[in-house]
Formats: sequence, structure tokens, C-alpha cells
Amino acid sequence: MTTRDGWEMVVGLEVHTELKTTTKMFCGCANEFGSEPNTNVCPVCLGLPGSLPVLNVRAVDLAMAIGFALHSTIAFSTFHRKNYFYPDMPKDFQISQYDLPINSGGYLDLPDGSRVTIERAHLEEDTGKSTHLGGSGRIHGADRSLVDYNRSGVPLVEIVSGPDIRSSAQARAYASELRGILIATGASDGRMEEGSMRIDANVSVRKPGDPLGTRCEIKNLNSLRSLQRAIDYEAQRQIELIEGGATVRQETRHWDEILGQTSTMRTKEEAEDYRYFREPDLVDLVPDEAWQDRIRAGLGKMPAEHRTELLARLKNPSPMQLEALDVVVNLGIDYLVIAALDAEKDPSLVLARAANTVASGIQNIQNLTTEAFVTAISMEQSGELSATQTNTVLLELLESGGDPKRIAADRGFEQLSSDSLGATVAALIIEHPDEWARYRDGDEKLAQFFIGQVMKITKGQANGKAVIAELQSRR
Amino acid sequence: MATPLRREDVAKVAKLARLSLSEAELDEFTAQLAQVLEHANDIAALDLEGVVPTAHPFGLINVVREDVLRASLSRDEVLAMAPDAQDGRFAVPRIMGEAP
Amino acid sequence: MRTALDIARDVRSGATTAENEMMTSLAAIRARNEELNVFLFIDEEGALDAARRVDERVTSGDDAGVLAGVPIALKDNLCTTGVPTTAGSKILKGWRPPYSATVVDRVLGAGAVPMGKTNMDEFAMGSSTETSAYGPTRNPLDVERVPGGSSGGSASAVAADMTPLSLGSDTGGSIRQPAALCGLVGVKPTYGLVSRYGLIAFASSLDQIGPFAKNVADAAALLEVIAGHDPMDSTSLPEPSPSLLLHVNDGVAGKRVALVRELFDGADDEVVAEVERAASALRDAGATIVELSVPELHLGLSAYYLIAPAEASSNLARYDGVRYGLRVDAEDVAAMNEATRTAGFGAEVKRRIMLGTYALSAGYYDAYYGQALKVRTQLIDAFRRAYLEADLLLGATAPSVAFAIGEKTADPMSMYLSDVFTIPTNLAGDAAISVPFGTGQSGLPIGVQLLGPGRSEAQLFAAARVLELADGRS
Repeated sequence: MTTRDGWEMVVGLEVHTELKTTTKMFCGCANEFGSEPNTNVCPVCLGLPGSLPVLNVRAVDLAMAIGFALHSTIAFSTFHRKNYFYPDMPKDFQISQYDLPINSGGYLDLPDGSRVTIERAHLEEDTGKSTHLGGSGRIHGADRSLVDYNRSGVPLVEIVSGPDIRSSAQARAYASELRGILIATGASDGRMEEGSMRIDANVSVRKPGDPLGTRCEIKNLNSLRSLQRAIDYEAQRQIELIEGGATVRQETRHWDEILGQTSTMRTKEEAEDYRYFREPDLVDLVPDEAWQDRIRAGLGKMPAEHRTELLARLKNPSPMQLEALDVVVNLGIDYLVIAALDAEKDPSLVLARAANTVASGIQNIQNLTTEAFVTAISMEQSGELSATQTNTVLLELLESGGDPKRIAADRGFEQLSSDSLGATVAALIIEHPDEWARYRDGDEKLAQFFIGQVMKITKGQANGKAVIAELQSRR
Repeated sequence: MATPLRREDVAKVAKLARLSLSEAELDEFTAQLAQVLEHANDIAALDLEGVVPTAHPFGLINVVREDVLRASLSRDEVLAMAPDAQDGRFAVPRIMGEAP
Repeated sequence: MRTALDIARDVRSGATTAENEMMTSLAAIRARNEELNVFLFIDEEGALDAARRVDERVTSGDDAGVLAGVPIALKDNLCTTGVPTTAGSKILKGWRPPYSATVVDRVLGAGAVPMGKTNMDEFAMGSSTETSAYGPTRNPLDVERVPGGSSGGSASAVAADMTPLSLGSDTGGSIRQPAALCGLVGVKPTYGLVSRYGLIAFASSLDQIGPFAKNVADAAALLEVIAGHDPMDSTSLPEPSPSLLLHVNDGVAGKRVALVRELFDGADDEVVAEVERAASALRDAGATIVELSVPELHLGLSAYYLIAPAEASSNLARYDGVRYGLRVDAEDVAAMNEATRTAGFGAEVKRRIMLGTYALSAGYYDAYYGQALKVRTQLIDAFRRAYLEADLLLGATAPSVAFAIGEKTADPMSMYLSDVFTIPTNLAGDAAISVPFGTGQSGLPIGVQLLGPGRSEAQLFAAARVLELADGRS
């Protein structure tokens, strides 16, 4: 794809994903997001003198699973030390794989049919986290910083793509598809907002057919939206530089989400000399056939297969359905949709509930059984529950599990079918415009007025909570 | 054959290693390190094309541990070691640049 | 002074108590510590506690351990929970680790009583215990001379009869050379035989913890206690501790021992004479002596002085003033790191950090560090060939008897050369032992060195025992 005036952008991505292990990469401390600062630390992940790393076998399993999913070659690999000083890195070196990564080569096919090559996917450890005091609370202008080492030593896999990406939309599709794969392999929860997946983008521009231009690396993009915006901004900046007669300087750049700009972090001349050398405290990793076979056998279906299967069940899917399909496949909840479709439920309804309501409670997905999901959808489709009520039931199922019929009963949803309750409430709103306006402006006391009216009409069969839910859904 | 060690090499290396040297120390260290490197030139000069480097004395492989929790240290114990701490964290003077 | 095994036997039989032995040791330490500067920290409270626990085990009829009630000195690079551990450096002054090294737990488990932490060259970088930030240790046999290093404090503790046993660490000779200079048995075990967990790293691929003792049997007993697989160290050999004490009197009949020219070339005549006398003693005990030249050994020193500093430059990066130890405040964190490291490290440590940083840096890696790793391969191959010719190799431990304090401090290269015979074993990951054999004209002890392939400790102890007997030691 070319951008304006015949320029072409060339993008390669480095995706860092935290692995979903119980413990850290080299010690038995919990790999857990959101704990009190410096409570998941020990001599090893604090880098105390005399401590030594011992590799977590689960991290290797998950790295290999990623490798298989990306069609990589899994081979003899070693660990190196990457030496540089930084306060969130307790040993002042990072243990990483260098010239012999566990996964090399491979590719990822995107839904639009394009293929992005994978150069490598290697294991490394995460650093701690700094917060900055004074100034604006950001790194620049701060007086002092505080360091929490809970994240120090959390296992990461860094997946490096080839420079095959030609548009920001393709970059986003790649990151999204990769995220789906990471979730499908069980390697990651893919939560970008918690920093469990972070992306660096290498961007350059050229006229099609020309040799590669000078690239800039944009660090630490924490959402798909930032990724897309940052790449577009950066490509445009480089085009303007070149068109203005200047040259692009090879450098590392920082993305400012608020300003919507990239800025220089470090020039090539300021680049560190990392002095990589073999980590003498760890031994070589040589996954034998049996180990590889065990991981390969444990791999489930990847998003592409899920997508194909799901797509086969939809007749003439609408653009909205296709968008919802991507969401459910990437979140790994397409099994819910398939079960509901197999029970002959309405595809648009099923996809909407899965891609919106279920997606919003994805962190508790284990609480929602397929059966409960299908039942809730049935209830909505038959008119037993309103849209709002279905959402409420689904969210409660995600929160604490259970039986949708019982939840509906406990909430009084089934005492009056929602369609009829909804119609009653709608009629009352029209009849009492002043009360409705006051309620809408925040006077909660008016809810009681409407409940009283509904009770009068339904002879007490309605449920107060359900009335409030109906009112709120219209607010 | 490696080039002889210069004073500016030592200054550069000291900076990489986060050490500051006085002018006099710089002279002294340059002379001493040059002497050691001169000795090391007997191996720098060897033709070892094709020899496999040894980083580990023994060829152990695949030493791993199970993904099982072990007790962490108590935070009080951890922060008791800290030269400066605040709000359950290690405190440091301002950080000038982002991590590479 | 009684041997460690004598003390353990008497404590277990009830003939004496651990507390009593601990008090005797404490008195000996107090009598000479000020003069010799052996202990950086005397752990009176911890020792009393440990001794009483041993006595309780004896009283209640539990197994009190093979080292029951034996006072032991620990090199100050072994982490000990709640007890100051400095590695001889100002940068760790006052640091009390929240955990103990595996070897410390193992000696405690065997009933030994740690008396405290001994002086050492800063971060084990030195051959005389003069680079310690806490002043030099003196050789108890001649207080104007060095005890050797870097484990000089641990050697002096045993030589001055303060404790019958001590632990040191050996990266390029740091146990064997001080053992030779203080008239002790000192062992550099096979790499991976003893866990390094809790040993403050100097050069990770070379470091090993090992014992000092007055005699071969005590050293064997202590090594047996500390050896064996540890899941906390990925480079730990996957096997239980070998049986060593049982084989101390196996002798050398039928063994082939090679007198290796490169392992005594350049040593003082009086040292060479003792090496040759040791060869005769082994021959008299039934060994076949062959003469061998292993020219690759000459390259060991250069390779070592690139590999060890390279690893050290990375191992010592963590002393940055952020999490523990010294901090010298400054405007920003990088300046604070630099101010802290500049004030906290001594000259020898700085020299080696810079040497290692240089050897690893862009443009020099291939010529120096990369080349040194290849030399290491050649050295390992050369040893392998030598062990086709002989079961064990024989040479000197150090080129001379103990030298005067201050004699070599101004000239780092001359100091480095005092490790020339011990370094190859560390590069190969093999085992070696230094055993006292004869004295020089000054009356100071001379050590001879026996080298064996990996896991040959039992043979080394048996051969060392032959020399011990031949030299008129019990």
C-alpha cells in the first residue's frame, strides 16, 4: 500500500509479551500484576549478591508454543547478558537470548490474506517499574523516582517481525492477530492496558522499489490505537522531512499519546554498547524431540482456524458481524458463539452479546459456561429478557457464575417479560415528561415514582430492580 | 593484532562502567591496563579459526525448575537494605533518560 | 590443636561440648585478631547459638552431624542471613543479607559452628588479601608477610589455630595459593561440585567454594559436607556428594602421575626442589611418574585475565547504590551510580572492571574475550590429552613462599603472575589440591599442587594424603 504522493512505509514490529506463568522466569516469586509494591521479590529477582537464576520450565514451554504457532524453527538456544545501567534493572544487565534464540524464522498470515515473516521469537526477562515524583509525574522534570521490582524477572517473549508491513492498518491487524495467537497458545492474556503486551515499531519510508530508507524505532506502544497513530505520524514526519530536503536520522523515538507525536529519545550515536556475552549462570537449552512433541500436541486451534470455522456458519455476514467475529476470535471466545449458532440462535444477536458484553468481562471468562451463555441468549431471543436484562445476566454470570434462569428469577426479570415491562416503562415516560426529565437530570427519588406507577399497572408483578434497570437503560 | 590501548579508550570504558577517574588515575590505569593487554596479545595473535569457544566448563543442558511458587522476602526485610525508600518502593534521584 | 574430626568425635561422644569448643575458638580469635586482621566480623552470638543447638542435639540423642561442634570460619563473600557480608568491599559495608549461601546451610546442618566472616581481597580480586577495603591480613607464620589471597583471612584463621576449618573460594587459585603460603591443605573442587548459590560472584564460570584444613582428612570431610547437587544453582552437577573421606587412605599404588614442566617452570628453586621431592615420594608409594609438557598451559594466564574481568565487569554492575550497600548521593541517578561506584570500589576492582568492560566492548570482543574463550577450549583439550597419559598431574601451587606485605601491590602484573600455576584448573573446570610439602630456607611452608580431571577429588585426596605422610605429618 502506498501513502500520499507515492510514498511507501516499511514497518517491522517487535512485540514483547509477558508469559502467563505462575512464577517468574528465574525464581519462585509470583508473576502477578497489581500486587503491593516489592512484595513479590526475593534475592534472585532483586539481584542480590550471590543469587543465581534457575530457568522456569513453563516459560520455555510457552515460548515453544508461540514458536509452533508462528511456524518457527525451534532449536538449540543460549542465554546472554545485555549489559546497561538502569535503576529498574536489579542486576544492571538483562538476561536475554541473543544470537541463538529458541525460535527462529516463521510467519504469520493475516485475515486479509497478507503474510508477515517472523525473524525470531526469543525469551528474556522483564524489568521492574519506576514511578516519577515531582514535575508532571512523567520521567522528564521529575525530582525523584520510586522503583518497584515486582515485575522484575517476569518472563517475556520478544517476537520480531520482518520489515514486511506496509500500512498502519496492516500493523494493527498483525498485532491483533498475534495477540489472538498468544491468547490461543495460553502464553499470554494479551492485556495491553496492563502492559502485558508492549510493541516497538521500526518505521521507514521510501518510494516503491527503492532500497530501504533510514528507520526510526518508536518504543513502548501500549495499545493498538497508539500503534496505528504512532506509525502514521512517524511515516508522515519522515515524508515531510525528506520532501523538505532534509534526511531522516536513525534514532529511537518516544510516542506521546496526548500530543499525538513522536519525539527523539536517543540518537544512533548515543546508542548503548551492550557488551553481550553468554550468561555463565545458565546452561544451554536444547529442547529434544519428545519435549517439542509434547508442546506441539498440546496446542489448540489458532485464531485463523477459529475464524474459518466461525465464518462457515455465517451466511452473507455483514461488516458489523465480521468486526464482531474478529473480536471474539481474538479473545478466544468464539466457542461460545459457535455453540449458540449451533443451537440456531440469531447470529447478529449472538455476536453482539459476545463481542460487547462478554468481551467487557473477559478477565472472568472462566465463570461463564457455554450452556449458560446459550441459555441467556435463548431467553433474550424468546423475549423473556430485554437487551439490558440479558447484559445484566451475562455480567453477573461472568462475575460469579451460576444459572441464568435463576439470576433472572432472583432479579425478578421473569415476573414480567421484559418486552412488556419495557413497553410499560416507555409509555410511562411519555405520559410523565416532567418527572422523566428530573429523573434523567439525576433526581433518583423519581425512580420510586415510576416504580409505583409500574406496580399499579402490573398489579405488583414487576420487580423494582428491573424497573430501575429499564429506566437507566433509557436515561 | 589489537591496537594498543589509548588514554581515551580507558576514559570511554570508565564511563561505560560508571566509574569516574581523575587525570592521574587515568594515566596510571592506562599504563597498567596496557601492560595486561600486551600480555594478552599473545593470545590475540593466535590463529584460532574454527576453534569452538568455551563459555562453560561443563556441558550441562536443560537445567530447569518447575513453575512452583516459593516464598518471597518480606517487604520490610527488602526495604531495610535500601539506602532510601518511600511508599514501599526504592527511592532514587531523578532518572534522566528512558530505558534503552 | 586437635583436628576437626577429633573435635566432632569428642562432641558427639559427650567428651566435650560444642559450646566449650566454640569458647576455645573465640579465645584464640580474640588473642590474635587485632594483630592479624583475620575476621571482619566475629559472630559471637550466632556461634553460641549454633553451638548450643549442637549440644542439644547431642543431649537429646539426635545425630549432631559429622562436623558436630567444629568451629569454622567463612570467607566474607559467603552470604549469611543477618550477618554482615562485605566481600572485602566498602561498597557492601554494613550489608546484612536476608538469605544464606547453600554451603552455609550445609555446614550448619552438619553441626559446624560458624565463628564469623574472614577478610579477603575485595570481591576476591587479588592474591595477597591486600586489596581488602578493611586492611591487609597478616600471615600468622610471619606477620610481615601476606597469607596469600584472595581467601587470605580463611587461610590465616586455620593457620593461626583460630578454627580448625574454613571455607574459601577459588577463581584462579584463591584457595590453593593461600593454602600453600600458610602451610594448609586447600581444595579447588570440580566446577559444579559445590553450589555457588549465595557466593558473591567474581567470575561465575570459574568460581568454586572449597575447604581449608590443617590435614587432608579434615579437608575431605568438609568438602563432603558442602558438595552435592543444589537446585538453586543451574551449574550444579546433578549428583549427590561423592564419598571422599572413605578413600583418603587409598594410596597411589598403580597410579600414573605426570610431573608437568609448565606447572613449575619459573618457580623459585626451593619450590621446584620440593615438587621433585614430592614426585619421588609418590613414586616410593607405588605411583608411576612420567614427565610431561603441556605448552597450552602458558596461555592460561592471558585467557584468565580477559575472561575473569569480563564476567566480573557484569557481575559487579549491580553495585549501583539503588537497592543495598553504599550510596553516594548526586543530582541524578546515573551520577549517583557513578559517585557510588567510584567511592565504593578499590583500585584493583576498578582495574578489573575496566579491563573486562574493554574486553567485551564493541570492536574488541573478538580480539580479546572471544579469542580467550577459544584458548579456553584449547586448554581443556590439552588437559584431556594429558589425562590420557596420567591419572593426576603434579606441579607447584605458587612460584614462591609467602612474600612481604606491600612487595607486589604497585605492580599488578607481578601479582597476577603469582596465580600462573593455579589458573589453568579453573579455566578447565577441573579439580586440584594444594598440600604442604617441605619448607623454604626462610622456614616458611611450600605447597605442591596435584591436579586431576573433573570429579577426581577422591584420587586427589588419596595422593595428597601420601604426601602428607611422606612429609612427616600425621
